[in-house]
Amino acid sequence: MTFALETAANVQGLRRVAIDPVSRVEGHGKVTLMLDAHNHIEQVRLHIVEFRGFEKFIEGRPYWEVPVMVQRLCGICPVSHHLAASKAFDRVVGAPQITASANAVRRLMHYGQILQSHALHFYHLSSPDLLFGFDSEVARRNIVGVAQAHPEVAKKGILLRKFGQEIIRITSGKRVHGTGAVPGGVNKLVTIEERNALQEQLPQMLQWAQESVDLAKLLHAQNETLYRSFARFGSNLLSLVRADGAMDLYDGVLRARDAQGVLLFDGLDDQRYLEVIEEEVRSWSYMKFPHLKSLGAQQGWYRVGPLARVQNCDFIPSERAEAERQVFVAWGQGGLIDGSLAYHWARMIELLHAVEVIGQLLQDPALLSGDLTAKGERCAHGVGMIEAPRGTLIHDYDVGDDDLVTRCNLIVSTTHNNQAMNEAVRSVAREYLQGRELTEGLLNHIEVAIRAYDPCLSCATHALGKMPFQVSLLGADGSVLDRLEKSQQGGVSHP
Amino acid sequence: MIPSILVFGCGNLSRGDDALGPMLVAALREQLSPALRSRVELLDDGQLQVEHALDLVGRRQVLFVDASVMAAAPFEVRALQAAADDSISTHSVSPQALMHVYQNLYGAAPPPCTMLAMRGDSFELGEPPGPQALQHLAAALAWVLDALQSKNGFIQGPRSL
Repeated sequence: MTFALETAANVQGLRRVAIDPVSRVEGHGKVTLMLDAHNHIEQVRLHIVEFRGFEKFIEGRPYWEVPVMVQRLCGICPVSHHLAASKAFDRVVGAPQITASANAVRRLMHYGQILQSHALHFYHLSSPDLLFGFDSEVARRNIVGVAQAHPEVAKKGILLRKFGQEIIRITSGKRVHGTGAVPGGVNKLVTIEERNALQEQLPQMLQWAQESVDLAKLLHAQNETLYRSFARFGSNLLSLVRADGAMDLYDGVLRARDAQGVLLFDGLDDQRYLEVIEEEVRSWSYMKFPHLKSLGAQQGWYRVGPLARVQNCDFIPSERAEAERQVFVAWGQGGLIDGSLAYHWARMIELLHAVEVIGQLLQDPALLSGDLTAKGERCAHGVGMIEAPRGTLIHDYDVGDDDLVTRCNLIVSTTHNNQAMNEAVRSVAREYLQGRELTEGLLNHIEVAIRAYDPCLSCATHALGKMPFQVSLLGADGSVLDRLEKSQQGGVSHP
Repeated sequence: MIPSILVFGCGNLSRGDDALGPMLVAALREQLSPALRSRVELLDDGQLQVEHALDLVGRRQVLFVDASVMAAAPFEVRALQAAADDSISTHSVSPQALMHVYQNLYGAAPPPCTMLAMRGDSFELGEPPGPQALQHLAAALAWVLDALQSKNGFIQGPRSL
C-alpha cells in the first residue's frame, strides 16, 4: 500500500535530508526528505521509533502491578496509562461498573491530566512557534523566549499546569507515579480540605482557561489563511463519545466519521475495537499504521485527538466549552475543519472543558465519601480505553488463572495518528520546500506540522547528553553528504 | 516553612542507569538525619518540566541529580548558571533553562543551583542499573551526605572526582 510521496519512483540520483530527532516532541523521531538534483521533493517519511518493548516488559507480571508500572511508559502522560490499564483490569476483576466514588475520583484525576498536558503543549511547546512565527529566530523559539517576550502568558501556562498536577497528586496519592486507581476502583478518596483548596483556585483557572481559548482564536483570526491551509488534508476521525453523543474523555463508545462528516459507525462497545480497527506494518517504519478495517489501509486511516474529538462529538457537556465548540464548528463553514493547526484551538477548547468538568466534580459528594472498589466474576480478558490528551489510548490484556499477564497490546494515540502525521509532513513539504534550498526556518515548518499532533514518541531516557538534534544530508546510496548537529544546549555545529 | 535546600532527582526507574537520579533521592530519604530532614526537601520526577521552576522558590540551595552519558566516572559536580538555551522540549527542560524561566517569572535571580551528574552507560528498558553505575551512585551519595554537613553545602565550584 503506498501514498503520494511515501515512496519515490526512482531513488537513483536523489539526495536525502534527515532531521533526527524532531526537536520538542517526545522521544525520538526522524524525518527523511529525498530530493532530486533540483531540490524537488520525491519522497517524505516520518519515522518514529515506537516503544514496542514495553508490551513484553509487562507480560509475566501480576495484573495488579500493571497500572503502576505502565506509568513509566511516558513521563508526560503517565496518568492516561495508569487509568487505561486500571479500566482494563476492572473487567478482569469483574467490575466493569465501578462505584460512584471511584468514578468521580478517576474522572477528576483524568481531567487534571488533560488540563496539565494541554497547558504544557500549548504554552510551552507550540506557543513559541505560534507567537513568534515559524521563521523566527531559533533562539527565541522556545519557552524561555516566550517568558521573556510574554511573561504573563508563560506564567499562566505554568500555573494552569501546576493546578492539573496538584489534582493528580491529590487523587493519585503522589506527585509522581501515584497508585490512586486500582483494578475495580480507587484506593483513596478526596478529603474536604483537599477539595476546598482546589475549589479556591477554580475561578482563576477558569478565567485563564477562557483566555487560552481566546488566544488560540485570536491567532487563527490574525492569520486565517495560514491556519486554514497549513498541513491541510481530509481524513476520517475516531474517538470515544458518551452514549448520547456528548464529549467524554474518560469513558464511552467508539464513533468514527469520514472526511465529509458522515458517521461510519457509532455506539460501538470499546471491548470490540478489534472488529473495526486493524494495524498494518510497513517495511520502512517501526511504528504500525492503524486503519478502519471496513475501508482498508488506503482509505481507512484516521485522526484522533482534540481536532477529531471536538468535531466527532455532538456537543460538549459544559456551558463555556460548548459555546466555544459552536464558534469553532462555524469556522468550518459547513464542513469539517481539516487544517492541522486547528488542533491547537481544539486543544484549548478541551482545556476549558477540563476545567469546567473539574469544577463539576468538585461539587460531587461521591468524591468525599463512598465505596472505593467493586468486584464481581473474575474474567481472563479486559480492554481499557480512554481519551488521553493526544487521542484514543487502548490497553488490551489477557490474564492467566495465576493472575499473571499473558498478553498485552497497547495502541497509543501517536500510533493512531501515524498516517495523519505523515500526510501533514508531506503537505508541508509540497507547499514550502518544493524547489527551494533548505533552511532551518523551512525545516521548522515540518516540525510545526508534527508538533500540532503532540506526538508522544514514548519517552526514552532523558539522561544528560541523550538528546542531540541532527540534520543529515545523504546521497541516494546512503552516504552522508553533510550533517548538522544541535546539542542539548542548542549549539549548532558541523561534526 | 519551605525547606531551605532542595535535592531534585531526575530519571526513569525502568530504564537501567537512568534510575540513578531517583535512586539517590530514595537513599537520602532513608539516610538523612532527623535534623537534616527539616531543612532538606527531596523530590524526584521522570524529567524536569517548566512548573518545577516553582519548586525553586524560597530555597537557599538546589541540587539537581541526574544520570549522564557525558560525565566522567564516577560523577561530576558543577555550579549552574541560568541560560536561555534551546534545550526545551516536552521531554525535558535543562536545569539552566529552568533557572532562566524562574528569573523571568519572578524578576529575580534563582537560588544557587548545582548539577550532580552521575556517569551512566546502559539505558535498556526493564534493566536494573549496572554494577558500575551503582558504584557511581554510592560515590555520589557519599559526596551529597558530606556536602549537606558542610558549611557551604553544594557550592564548591567545578569538580570532577
